[in-house]
Amino acid sequence: MAIREATLAGLSREQLLDLYYQMTLIRQFEEKAAEAYTLGKIGGFLHLYIGQEAAGVGAISALRPSDYVVSSYREHGHAIAKGMEPRAVMAELYGKATGSSKGKGGSMHMFSAEKRLFGGQAIVGAQLVIAAGMGFGIQYEERDDIVLALFGDGAVDEGAFHEGLNLASLWKLPVVYLCENNQYSMGMAVKKAWSVESLEPRAAAYGIPYVRVDGMDVLAVRQAVETATERARSGGGPTLIEAATYRFRGHSMADPAIYRTREEESQWKANRDPIRIFEARLKEAGVARDADIRASDERAAEVVEDAAAFADQSPFPEPGALYDDVLLDGAGAIAWRDKPSTPRD
Amino acid sequence: MRVITYRDALREAIREEMRRDQRVYILGEDIAGYGGTYSVTKGLIEEFGEKRVRDTPLAEEVIAGTAIGSALVGLRPICEIMTMNFSLLASDQIVNSAAKFHYMFGGQTRVPVVFRMPGGGGAQRGAQHSQFFESWYAHVPGLKVVMPATPYDAKGMLKSAVRDDDPVMFVEHELLYNVKGEVPDEGVEYTLPLNRGDIKRQGRDVTLVTFSRMVHICLQAAEELAKEGIEAEVLDMRSIRPVDLDLITESVRKTNRVVVAEEGWKYFGTGQGIAALIYEHAFDYLDAPIGHVTGKDVPMPYSKPLEQAALPSRADVIAAVKAIVPAGAAAR
Repeated sequence: MAIREATLAGLSREQLLDLYYQMTLIRQFEEKAAEAYTLGKIGGFLHLYIGQEAAGVGAISALRPSDYVVSSYREHGHAIAKGMEPRAVMAELYGKATGSSKGKGGSMHMFSAEKRLFGGQAIVGAQLVIAAGMGFGIQYEERDDIVLALFGDGAVDEGAFHEGLNLASLWKLPVVYLCENNQYSMGMAVKKAWSVESLEPRAAAYGIPYVRVDGMDVLAVRQAVETATERARSGGGPTLIEAATYRFRGHSMADPAIYRTREEESQWKANRDPIRIFEARLKEAGVARDADIRASDERAAEVVEDAAAFADQSPFPEPGALYDDVLLDGAGAIAWRDKPSTPRD
Repeated sequence: MRVITYRDALREAIREEMRRDQRVYILGEDIAGYGGTYSVTKGLIEEFGEKRVRDTPLAEEVIAGTAIGSALVGLRPICEIMTMNFSLLASDQIVNSAAKFHYMFGGQTRVPVVFRMPGGGGAQRGAQHSQFFESWYAHVPGLKVVMPATPYDAKGMLKSAVRDDDPVMFVEHELLYNVKGEVPDEGVEYTLPLNRGDIKRQGRDVTLVTFSRMVHICLQAAEELAKEGIEAEVLDMRSIRPVDLDLITESVRKTNRVVVAEEGWKYFGTGQGIAALIYEHAFDYLDAPIGHVTGKDVPMPYSKPLEQAALPSRADVIAAVKAIVPAGAAAR
């Protein structure tokens, strides 16, 4: 069989290589961001997606461009997978005027109205109720889009998880809930935070189908999300998917991860790296050769370098931008601003 | 002009806006079959059906989140929070989502949600059901907070709030729902701005800056003061944020004396904020320190005499005015 005809999971070679490319692009983007952070070019918090690429890329690849994604503060990878320009994402990290949110949002608040990536929500669990609302809006207008809500294992302990899933199930809203269980909410191990071992009983509590999937297997995640989107689109309501994954870095750049062992980390990195797993699979299936992998990696490196150069060269926001976009009419706290206080005669 | 209640005025505004725009819908606890805890939404289910009159579970965070999420994808929700006391359960969504998205996402999205809710005391509802938190929300850039006192203002401002592209906290008062006032016939279109106060009574000796139910108490106080020759101007703020500073300073320039009257607690609230703005922008025009009438600094007690003692009264307003208006004001 010629290599161009090789397939896996019903996907074309082009699609498969694109999944690989998306994952490496995100990996390299995050490594570049980490470097820029240590150089002081990026401020605030920086939560890297390294190690979890298969979950976001697999899930988002199952969507239509018109579908919505709403995510957490660990969303650079989701933003890129949803089609946002790496330049705009990197410039946002740098706080530049050319950033996707004009430098007003930062690492935790990526947004693209055009690509339908609706944040970058940094209050843990908030996206679970917002997703329900977006799903309701879609249902109300009888459109056939769906919403993919991405969140971590910490979010399921928030009240928003329960309020959101109950309503989504009750109203059969077109939402796919995907928990990227990376084993730790900051430093809190799942085992110490969850009263149950998986999300299965929590899904059952709201009558929602539950699917557990290997979050390090991009094709498995894609398939699970595809099934869930079909259900959502056809009026069947939400699905809760739990993707088991691992973040290779600390919670943020400020976290030395003292709550877990170096052995545990190296085991995951050596044996469960989602990119290396997929590379091996592609080669094994005859989809890609070393040269294809190399070419893809080099292309990703070029895009990331270009994004960083763009961010570097971009201007910071003008001081006058400070008051833009607070309210649409710009009135702020007081309806009248311009009249100076005049002395009494 | 015909006379209707504040409650009916609100219902008319909702009905007219829902007829005008298919994207407008209402959601909240017991707003459909029950007709709303305070009967504001009574009958709307019959005209608009379950799709547009959505009863929700008792879950304020997802009620607010549903309103916000649906607004993000194009709807224009009117979100009823049963009382302002429960809005604290929705406050994360109101403050961290609704108020932030337009700015935080670089102007790419808007959140046209109206959060309607009654607050305030006076009906013996006890400590957890008698509060105003308007100053908590008015503190937040990105929100608008309005508190109309009359049926006319309530209808005109609610219609504007629905059409506004920013999130609006529309704060009612349990004891205002039965207040009657003149309102143009249903279908006679009018709207009122969300950033303008209104002089409810002209006066020359002192300005009573107030809002919500206290407007009516101040008007009663002004009538009594007039008998003693003191002419009080009653300035109804109507909007807490944005505050109509122009109107306030104009009135201060005329009267040179101010009493701020509100039902809520004294410290770090709306009244102190207004007083600070007046000192900042019109200090030279003041002939006396600003007086401040408020609720007492306690959780609201249940027992009727205690509750009445905790709420600001007409007598409190009169006393505050007399403390800063010289006895000979009338002869001035």
